[in-house]
Amino acid sequence: MAELSYIEAINSAMREEMERDHSVFIIGEDVGAKGGVFRATDGLYQQFGEQRVIDSPLSESAIVGVSVGAAMYGMRPIAEIQFADFIMPAVNQIISEAAKIRYRSNNDWNCPITIRAPYGGGISGALYHSQSVEALFNSTPGLKVVMPATPYDAKGLLKAAIRDNDPVLFFEHKRAYRLLKEEVPDEDYVLPIGKADVKREGSDVTVITYGFGVHLTQLAADAVEKDGISVHLLDLRTVYPLDKEAIIEATSKTGKVLLVTEDNKEGSIIGEVAAIIAEHALFELDAPVMRLAGPDVPAMPYAPTLEKEFIINEQKIEKAIRELAAF
Amino acid sequence: MANKRHVALGLTDDDVLEMYRTMVLARKIDERMWLLNRAGKMPFVISCQGQEAAQVGAAFALDRNVDYVAPYYRDVGVVLAFGMKAEELIASGFGKAMDPNSGGRQMPGHFGQKKNRIITGSSPVATQVPHAVGFALAAKLEGKQFVTFTSLGDGSTNQGDFHEALNFAGVHKLPVITFVENNRLAISVPYDKQVASENIAIRAKAYGMKGYKVDGQDPLAVYEVVKLARERAINGEGPTLIEAETIRLTSHSSDDNQSVYRSEEELEEIKKNDPIILFGNYLKEVGLLDEVKIKAIDDEINRQVNEATEIAEKAPYPKPETLYDYVYEQ
Amino acid sequence: MALKDIRMPKLGESVTEGTITTWLVKEGDYVNKYDPIAEVMTDKVNAEVPSTFSGTIKEIVVKEGETVAVNELICYIETDDEAEGKVDESADNSEQPAKETETAANKQEKSGYKGVKERKNNRYSPAVIRLASEHGIDLETIEGTGLGGRVTRKDVLRAIEAGTQPKKEKTMPEKAKKELTAPPEKQAPAVVHKQDREIPVTGVRKIIAENMVRSKTEIPHAWMQVEVDVTGLVKLRNKVKDAFKEREGFTLTYFPFFIYAVAQALREFPELNSTWAKDKIIQRHEINLSIAVAKENELYVPVIKHADDKNIKGIAKELNRLVEKTYAGKLTQDDVSGGTFTVNNTGVFGSVSSMGIINYPQAAILQVEKIVKRPVIIDDMFAARDIVNLSLSIDHRILDGLIAGRFIQRVKDILENMNEDTVDI
Repeated sequence: MAELSYIEAINSAMREEMERDHSVFIIGEDVGAKGGVFRATDGLYQQFGEQRVIDSPLSESAIVGVSVGAAMYGMRPIAEIQFADFIMPAVNQIISEAAKIRYRSNNDWNCPITIRAPYGGGISGALYHSQSVEALFNSTPGLKVVMPATPYDAKGLLKAAIRDNDPVLFFEHKRAYRLLKEEVPDEDYVLPIGKADVKREGSDVTVITYGFGVHLTQLAADAVEKDGISVHLLDLRTVYPLDKEAIIEATSKTGKVLLVTEDNKEGSIIGEVAAIIAEHALFELDAPVMRLAGPDVPAMPYAPTLEKEFIINEQKIEKAIRELAAF
Repeated sequence: MANKRHVALGLTDDDVLEMYRTMVLARKIDERMWLLNRAGKMPFVISCQGQEAAQVGAAFALDRNVDYVAPYYRDVGVVLAFGMKAEELIASGFGKAMDPNSGGRQMPGHFGQKKNRIITGSSPVATQVPHAVGFALAAKLEGKQFVTFTSLGDGSTNQGDFHEALNFAGVHKLPVITFVENNRLAISVPYDKQVASENIAIRAKAYGMKGYKVDGQDPLAVYEVVKLARERAINGEGPTLIEAETIRLTSHSSDDNQSVYRSEEELEEIKKNDPIILFGNYLKEVGLLDEVKIKAIDDEINRQVNEATEIAEKAPYPKPETLYDYVYEQ
Repeated sequence: MALKDIRMPKLGESVTEGTITTWLVKEGDYVNKYDPIAEVMTDKVNAEVPSTFSGTIKEIVVKEGETVAVNELICYIETDDEAEGKVDESADNSEQPAKETETAANKQEKSGYKGVKERKNNRYSPAVIRLASEHGIDLETIEGTGLGGRVTRKDVLRAIEAGTQPKKEKTMPEKAKKELTAPPEKQAPAVVHKQDREIPVTGVRKIIAENMVRSKTEIPHAWMQVEVDVTGLVKLRNKVKDAFKEREGFTLTYFPFFIYAVAQALREFPELNSTWAKDKIIQRHEINLSIAVAKENELYVPVIKHADDKNIKGIAKELNRLVEKTYAGKLTQDDVSGGTFTVNNTGVFGSVSSMGIINYPQAAILQVEKIVKRPVIIDDMFAARDIVNLSLSIDHRILDGLIAGRFIQRVKDILENMNEDTVDI
């Protein structure tokens, strides 16, 4: 066991998978000698060489498209998109191509690609370095979208993604990179994609969230615990496809559900969670489903006052929990 | 007796006869599919007619035992050369379960067959070019001796993916051949509204690779240049861009009516460059074919196509419950 | 002079801590604002930390080589003056508590339940209703601890656990019973002696009983009576009865005349042709007269429909038809329904005065008593006249003495004007 930060956990997952399987390689902008703009691939170029840690030209569509080709051949590329905000040029290759390869070839070909990108705000990233983009991909059968909340989960889930024989989008919250630290096992372990995780047992209010929202909810839950409010926290972990059973079970625990996301409210993942609850757990509900999300403005601005107004933080979550508990 | 050009290229008499037969088969399958479409039996057809020489010439220059191809929707000649059968092509036109490309899930022309190293394709054009570059990258990373061939039309070369893929291939010197079948039409949009440069081959320079323009109606000329490109790739000298000048005899697809934008005169004129006639002439000139033999081949191919049609027509459609299969690994 | 904090700055995106590698100043040194005071190393960047104030370094808090989180105190500085003012907002936004901005922002985020008004029992959530019905909990009896007194899921769960809540009947209908069932009798069971005879209460007797009880308990009855001089009517009838019998085949009794008079009077006094409907009184348009017909032990009440449209002969015929049907046991549901006013022939039993029980849910009942010869005073002289009493019971919620009196006076007038000259059968 060692205490690893979130980004160290990600780095070690990639290293271990590359040691274990020679078909795993990394491709992206600045991933080589620099080790990535956040240093996610730190040390890997030095260890594995330029053949396996490839500095790509500035072409997101090619980063993903070339990786799709290599994956079809039988390799396991880890394509890094420098910021999730810049994934847009690659959307055609992700949605039209990667997601549909197995289905369209009737299982003749498949595409074991992992695409990683840092997302999320709170670091003065402004409109184009702070976005949450998962909602773009959450209606794409054939694709999986994973968003780990903790270092332990990040390592286990990234390994799972790399070993998965289908395409996986892996979004890492940049605030979590260095802020979150915990004990992570040295031994090889893999966590299941498609399964949510109860991070905290409780009996008054259920909070369902993912990514950095989990950490913020833990802080809020600690605060309200002092007043006797007990929070049941479900971490979605995989946001597409959703773990319906876990959502229904967590809802039934308390009947009061708060959904939290940093993404813009309308059209976000949590809308689908709310639909699942309405469809399958109506008679467990003791209160209307509550949603806490970023406002419906294009993105998080630069000025600290505007950024703070936009972003989800533990105070906003705490306030929502208290309201829901009192209902 | 005319000069046996093919011998100089390393092709035997049997090779060129095989090339001819493949071209005729491609043509006749295509004609049969149009017939079935007009008879209301086949929802959609997209043709290779006019481009058979370019396709077959190129395919024969590759090593069909190890090389990978990422073709585009007209490449009947390429996939036949790489092992797809006539009945499989016709079944894919119907959307039957036996369709090896997709089990009836994709429209015809969306080729894919792993055992014959035909990479699965889609409808958004030019997306296959980065894929081909990916295969070439894998070859380099794994130290394997194969070349990846990808083809597309002139219009598609203006997609961002073409630029990004070729640039990538050039930077990393990858063993990939990009083959542009320039029939000077993108559905109805003519070349001079499509491409800013005088030809497509000159773009090669911008991508750090060699570029060639070749007469796409002459399968031997195409064979020669693709063979060279393949050798270069295998030797680690990097990628090549080849532009084959060719013609499109039919409308873009069964959903298009080209009489709206192409004149009768133009169509009459280009028929003179029908590659099957032209190559037939060559083969006659070198004494490998005469009218009797041509007729025999014709009859043989007709029989083949008839048999293939029957097989495909009788074959079942995919069962409705199979809709849900293979979204993910099962 | 003021003592100010200098804190670890945020040196880059996602940087959360830094290590002081070298102090460039020592305690007692004077620095200007923006002079570098320390070298700091972080994951992403190495930088120099500038002083945020001009002043003298008072105390170095974090030693070289120590790692501290962003915004933690690293040293104290004694400033020249107070003019530094407030610390900039921009210092660091990740650790500061969020201000509650009740601004236009909340236009977007209508958080929570601002729409919930003070309501006690009307809003049950799906979970509450389900749990209550599964466990037979009466929600009306639960004290709600939720917003505005709402009964919450936890409240119900607690009640289930406590198990002391009165259970609702499984078959509790809102409209409780059918109209005919009576409220429960609060009576001790009767003692039966050996020679007493027990007759089971079933069928029509049971329904009659229920009706009577219902009428008496719900309707506040009031009663009035008038005397009517029907001498002319009697003469009339005696004159025509034989011919009538021969022509029509049945006996013309006095009763049709009375029914006729009531039907006509009801036209003018629709108040008596009505029914009490809690928050309104419904005046019926049709005049359908219920007639009580006794068959042995049972009372039937067939209805003469549209009695006001009929003449005396018509009424007589219809009455006869219904009576025959009653004796034959062939009355249909339609025959006995739709009545709006009841006329009862009590005279046939010999009664001269009786207080009828209103046929629920009508507004009144008129009893026609026996016609008797009486000595009366007319023009200060004795005369022998045929006199009959009419007894009217009314629903005192709907009707009072005035209107009832007027009505019955009208009936009286009609009857007293009936004679050989005015009526043609």
